[in-house]
Amino acid sequence: MEISFQTVMSQLMLGLNNGAFYAVLSLGLAVIFGLLNIINFAHGALYMLGAFVALSGYAEWGTLMGMPDFHLNYWAALVVAPLVVGLLGMLIEKTMLSRLYKVDHLYGLLLTFGVALILQGVFTNYYNVAGTPYEGKPEILNGAVNLGFMMFPTYRLWSIAVALVVCFSTWLVIERTKLGSWLRAGTENPRLVQAFGINVPLMITLTYGYGVAIAALAGVVAAPIYSVSPVMGAEMIITVFAVVVIGGMGSIMGSILTGLMLGMVEGLTKVIYPPASSTVIFIMMVVVLLVKPSGLFGREQ
Amino acid sequence: MNKTLWSVLVALGLVAPFIVYPIFLMKLLCFALFACAFNLLIGYAGLLSFGHAAFFGGAAYVTGYLVKYAGVTPEVGILIGTLFAALLGFLFGSLAIRRQGIYFAMITLALAQIIYFVAVKSPFTGGEDGLQDIPRGMLLGLIDLNHGYSIGGKTLELNLYYFIFGLFCFGFWVVYRAIHSPFGQVLKAIRENEPRAVSLGYRVERFKLLAFVISAALAGMAGAAKGLVFQLASLTDVNWHTSGEVVLMTLLGGLGTVFGPLVGAFTVVALHSQLSSLGSWVMVVIGIIFVVCVLSFRRGVVGELGRLLKRSL
Repeated sequence: MEISFQTVMSQLMLGLNNGAFYAVLSLGLAVIFGLLNIINFAHGALYMLGAFVALSGYAEWGTLMGMPDFHLNYWAALVVAPLVVGLLGMLIEKTMLSRLYKVDHLYGLLLTFGVALILQGVFTNYYNVAGTPYEGKPEILNGAVNLGFMMFPTYRLWSIAVALVVCFSTWLVIERTKLGSWLRAGTENPRLVQAFGINVPLMITLTYGYGVAIAALAGVVAAPIYSVSPVMGAEMIITVFAVVVIGGMGSIMGSILTGLMLGMVEGLTKVIYPPASSTVIFIMMVVVLLVKPSGLFGREQ
Repeated sequence: MNKTLWSVLVALGLVAPFIVYPIFLMKLLCFALFACAFNLLIGYAGLLSFGHAAFFGGAAYVTGYLVKYAGVTPEVGILIGTLFAALLGFLFGSLAIRRQGIYFAMITLALAQIIYFVAVKSPFTGGEDGLQDIPRGMLLGLIDLNHGYSIGGKTLELNLYYFIFGLFCFGFWVVYRAIHSPFGQVLKAIRENEPRAVSLGYRVERFKLLAFVISAALAGMAGAAKGLVFQLASLTDVNWHTSGEVVLMTLLGGLGTVFGPLVGAFTVVALHSQLSSLGSWVMVVIGIIFVVCVLSFRRGVVGELGRLLKRSL
């Protein structure tokens, strides 16, 4: 089999693009896990919700509001979807998750699993599982950019850029600012941090809101690339869980790098042995577990 | 538990097909066995596996394939399906028990996903369609499991029902024996305080792994039986939603109770058949039950009942 440089590079770039989404989602999971100690099973569903805010905002809101000319355009969706989903997330945290911190953390996983089923079920009733394309891609992001070795769609380049900016600014805030140090201290010893006059419950609510808001942002960015469907989050989240296991969830940077890397590994597998491309991440997970059970960037317990 | 209660329950199981539609009962028995197997792991060893659909569905595929294409008798098919699930359980278990709690759940989920992808891609699983028209065959080469008896104007597949009922009783007995044995006590000790169990000299890893293998094997037996009853092994059986559903059954009935999984399985299976006309609203209803269960009655139906009666059920 002849494998050209072009094919390899284009699959690597597409892989990097998928990896960028893995990175944003696993980063959100890591941020939430860090402070709430809960694996947010609803993360995929909230990512899906972000995409649907963009989709339905563009196609339906105008008609619903009696203004057929109104479209929630792409740029507005980038702001509105994270806000809506972030608020919903804070509501979920305030009303449900906050009641579970005293019990086994597994209940948090089960609760968010229930929330994921509810969201996915509701959307499956109104939209076909097969998926709907998003029509609102802005003009300016059409076309392709010449990278020297290949022509790469501008929109995909843009989505990689957005993901990298989100990931690294989050990393910067958590690792390099005062706010971040409170967050980190809050995960170690909430009572002590509270004694310094910091409202820890509020901080937890906002953190959950932020985590799911960036998932929703990823959803909006994903909408023009993948078709928008109620199961898009469900398919994504399991892969992201595997990314998290491989990365080890010990560090924010770990989840970013692992996400990007695994996207590219997946892309490379598409060139070498296509049928394995959807399982390669899970196989990687098995290998990593055998060699280093705490994950690539994880700390030993 | 006293003898009268057991006799009443067994008698109930024996006469049930004359009162309730047998296919519904068989579905119920398969899922109840699945939930019992799962409960052994979470309720007694405190291990939340989110990948039990791999054993349930994997065994359904293996048994279905063997019975349909290799022409083996149903009991041999189920036996091999169960062994397959046990082996798979050993592999998954050895990997997953390296991490604890939430990680354990995620690892089992991701491993199960490999089986799902194999089921989607392999040439022998029928892809999206699954394995259809699995013959029920002749039990021990003698008893026709397809045979229906016409009683009161209805055709009742009693041969198959009693076979499935027998399998269920066997599985339930295994779980019951495991729980009420020194092995079960050690599992409970591990669940309550793992470091202490280690310090008492128990090789915790081995106990966990054994519990995992038994649970996987019985989940496989349930899946294999389900494959014969519905003559179908499909992607639904290996999908992670099925893993989630068995968690719900156990949680709803009561984690770590003997009868909880039966009650939970009954509720969920009945819900599915009652709500089947509602399409994907079923998923919403199931999700709501999950949320309500986790928020307001974590002991489950049987667990709460036991608390009221001040005894363990």
